[in-house]
Amino acid sequence: MRPIATTRSAAGLPTGLLAVWWVVASEIVIFGGLLGSYIMYRLAHDAWSEQAAATNVWIGAFNTFVLLTSSLTAVLAHQAAEHGDGKLAAKRLYYTCVGAATFIGVKAFEWTTEIQHGYTITSNTFWSFYYTAAGLHALHVIAGAILMLFVAADAAKGRELHRVELVGIYWHFVDIVWIFLFPLLYIAK
Amino acid sequence: MAEHADHPAPAAHAAQAEHAGAVHAEMHHVNYVRIWQILLVLLVISVLGPMVGIQIVTLITAFGIAVVKAYLVAKNFMHLNVQPRFVVYLLGTALVFMLLFYAGTAGDVMKHSGDNWVKPDVVQAAPAPHH
Repeated sequence: MRPIATTRSAAGLPTGLLAVWWVVASEIVIFGGLLGSYIMYRLAHDAWSEQAAATNVWIGAFNTFVLLTSSLTAVLAHQAAEHGDGKLAAKRLYYTCVGAATFIGVKAFEWTTEIQHGYTITSNTFWSFYYTAAGLHALHVIAGAILMLFVAADAAKGRELHRVELVGIYWHFVDIVWIFLFPLLYIAK
Repeated sequence: MAEHADHPAPAAHAAQAEHAGAVHAEMHHVNYVRIWQILLVLLVISVLGPMVGIQIVTLITAFGIAVVKAYLVAKNFMHLNVQPRFVVYLLGTALVFMLLFYAGTAGDVMKHSGDNWVKPDVVQAAPAPHH
């Protein structure tokens, strides 16, 4: 029996792909609201530049490198899936998950150091935004990695290869969010 | 196109096959490693730019380059350029919502006084400790 939700033609897209774009649009509103608030307060309060001075630009840059590289492996996994090579797609998705784990590991080290130096979510408004924005993003990284493990497990068996593209689009969006978080939290001091 | 577990109806299948064909063709002529290398060069510039110490250079190298990087990822990795137009409109609408939110609240947040009103003094938080 054919599932009803996969037979729509009006959108010109597979339903799963349409759903992912819908998720991305929703996430733009969520992160856009958060980053918009941050920019608003940052422009209104000069003291934020002093408070932001304690963030470590090199750690932020390294994590940007990690996410950009994981985006490359994600799109290469999609490319492999397009050629019907499930095993290679799965392998590249696992590399992407290694990138996600590295990002979270670095983030854990960074936060531990900052908290040990007294910069907590209640220190001031800048640090509240910092932990909220970076924390929400980190949750998306963790969720994406978990999803990718499931997709990779299926892809390795040659099943549901179209999902490689879907999880990839989500992952690239998470990368784009970080591309904007990096200058906001680490560079604009 | 990647293998699908489901079997869409003929009309849906034709539309989806058209989309898949567009993405597949795009994947053939995009050099992903080259895009990644460009992104890394832009990352280095965005880190080094602010070290010059000129505000306009910082703004361009940090935020201007962020926009370029996001464009490269969206176009080349997400293949946004070969999606149906309504996908771009959908994402654009979400961005417009963000701008509306900003415009609707910025006045209250960014101004400290106006006609017949003054924002009360904010209790300053204790300065964060230094390293």
